[in-house]
Amino acid sequence: MGRKLLLAHENVPGIDRLDVYRAHGGYASVEKALKSMKPEDVVEEVKKSGLRGRGGAGFPTGLKWSFLAKPEGVPRYLVCNADESEPGTFKDRYLMEKIPHSLIEGMIVSSYALGSNTSYIYIRGEYFYVSRILEKAIQEAYEAGWLGKNILGTDYSLDLYVQVGAGAYICGEETALIESLEGKRGNPRIKPPFPAVAGLWGCPTVVNNVETIAAVAPIINMGGEEYAKIGIGKSTGTKLISASGHINKPGVYEIELGLPVEEFIYSDQYCGGIRNGKKLKAVVAGGSSVPILPADLILKTAKGEPRLMTYESLFDGGFQSGTMLGSGGFIVMDEDTSIVKNLWNFTRFYHHESCGQCSPCREGTGWMEKILHKFLEGTANLSDIDLLWDIQSKIEGKTICPLGDAAAWPVASAIRHFKQEFEEIAKSKKFKDVSHYERLHKPAMA
Amino acid sequence: MGAQIHGTLEFNAEKRKDIRFSEEALKEIEKIKSRYPQGKQKSALIPVLHIAQAENDGWLSPEVMDYVASLLNIQPIEVFEVASFYTMFNLKPVGKCVIEVCRTSSCWLLGAEDIIKYIEKKLGIKEGQTTPDGMFTLKTVECLGSCGTAPVMQVGASYHENLTFEKVDKILDKYRAEGRRRNYTDLDYENTK
Ligand SMILES: Cc1cc2nc3c(=O)[nH]c(=O)nc-3n(C[C@H](O)[C@H](O)[C@H](O)COP(=O)(O)O)c2cc1C
Ligand code: SF4
Ligand code: FES
Repeated sequence: MGRKLLLAHENVPGIDRLDVYRAHGGYASVEKALKSMKPEDVVEEVKKSGLRGRGGAGFPTGLKWSFLAKPEGVPRYLVCNADESEPGTFKDRYLMEKIPHSLIEGMIVSSYALGSNTSYIYIRGEYFYVSRILEKAIQEAYEAGWLGKNILGTDYSLDLYVQVGAGAYICGEETALIESLEGKRGNPRIKPPFPAVAGLWGCPTVVNNVETIAAVAPIINMGGEEYAKIGIGKSTGTKLISASGHINKPGVYEIELGLPVEEFIYSDQYCGGIRNGKKLKAVVAGGSSVPILPADLILKTAKGEPRLMTYESLFDGGFQSGTMLGSGGFIVMDEDTSIVKNLWNFTRFYHHESCGQCSPCREGTGWMEKILHKFLEGTANLSDIDLLWDIQSKIEGKTICPLGDAAAWPVASAIRHFKQEFEEIAKSKKFKDVSHYERLHKPAMA
Repeated sequence: MGAQIHGTLEFNAEKRKDIRFSEEALKEIEKIKSRYPQGKQKSALIPVLHIAQAENDGWLSPEVMDYVASLLNIQPIEVFEVASFYTMFNLKPVGKCVIEVCRTSSCWLLGAEDIIKYIEKKLGIKEGQTTPDGMFTLKTVECLGSCGTAPVMQVGASYHENLTFEKVDKILDKYRAEGRRRNYTDLDYENTK
């Protein structure tokens, strides 16, 4: 059985309420941190835990916190990134909706560690109803003295607010998020300066993912060293995985890092295998932005070793034969899936979501979408495959923010691993689509 | 009154004079403004635009944007810049229920395209259009963060998940029978998993 730290009480009735959450050990980390630890001690424990950012990049959280500038007389801010718009990712929503106090608890301890007296949770606008759940929980926390002035009689005070966005994937990028929180368009900023020096309203700011912040509470409760014992190597602790696509049991699963991918896909405890008895064709393991891998490479590395759910194992072989853990948005595709059409879908997404500041991203995504559409119409030529390759290579690494890379990698990996699928369409001038709804509801006819 | 907003729609100074939000909305806006440090009230813009949209039949007219600018003490163009960037803000009139169907990968893998076609046929409109009775507008949107319960659509604050044709029928028939507007800011959301 995998150990659960974030979702241990997910099925307890009423766990969204403060009294029930308290009865299951909730807010213990706030008591421990505020009464017996200095802010630096909290940072130190998080460093020891090896916790890495759960928003996608996997940057060590404790290290990120230690970069926060602390000029005299200038406020510092903690902003929680609850924008969750990476296709295939829905874990933060699940956590906030089910156990809202776990995020609030993590926000209090983390804000204390960073010296923030006003913190914000920036949540995507589509999750309006989740913002209501959070606001209700925050209200409860204020009334019980976990938020507000002089928490637990200490001289630490914290105000916590929820801010809703309004539909823009790019606002998940931390500097775009800050712009949006300032009431502007979500245009990413050029770095440096990094938010740790000049972020929200020009003040030192840390932006962390919902799951990262929620993980701080168990780390403080159990101690960083204990947390670091879970997982393998530099992939410590547990991770929420959002599983979707052609599997029997889609949903959010908390896994111990190090679980074999094969077990995750086929075990009844997790995805429960491929629907309708089909074969596995491909997996996008970490949200739409990471390279897609064919079945053989997602189950085993190029060296033939079992692939594990860790940052390192998924990346084994680099982009030639590996991928990334990313946000943990695990999208599974069965043997009948068209990789070309899925790629068109992703590319259309990035074109739609590009903020338009950099020409390689703005123009390149639209151009790639058009070419991929030619494949769907059966009018593409073999040379279009080379053209796609060329365009993606000219976006990667040449833009203000990583959305450009995120748009390039799916294209490169689809061509790298599924080139014959593109060639067949280009040669036969035919694209055969399978009606997904029919397949889903009348599997016998498929 | 601020400068005219440059958009596709004409700014009507006469209409602008008549605009005033409900007391409840104005109170909520004051509360939102108090969340930021002195002088940073522009930060309230996005939450305030959600309220404005709910107060104005689900869309942001040039006059309403001008009014919002006056509430936050910023220029109308700053409001338009933001309103035109984010997909949840409508710059044209919409139906009482805006149906937003996810079209991204995980939903596509489980039949979203057919769900969209089905709704188009059922309502007799294409994506982006509004039914003649003003009841429904059909939009397609990107990943709603509900991929594990795909296919999915959002109507106002409510999520409708694991969609089938039958489920779509039931939901839309219910909305039509109730006949009222659905906003993102509604408190009585219902999520059908
Ligand atoms: C285009 C783009 C979208 C992103 N979307 C999200 C998101 O929805 N949620 C998130 O936590 N991080 C997202 N990120 C990553 C953030 O920029 C940032 O690295 C993260 O919030 C840091 O938190 P962490 O260290 O706790 O992971 C995105 C990055 C990019 C480039
Ligand atoms: S890479 Fe794309 S999304 Fe990022 S700043 Fe440039 S244009 Fe905007
Ligand atoms: S792809 Fe439709 S909700 Fe994520």
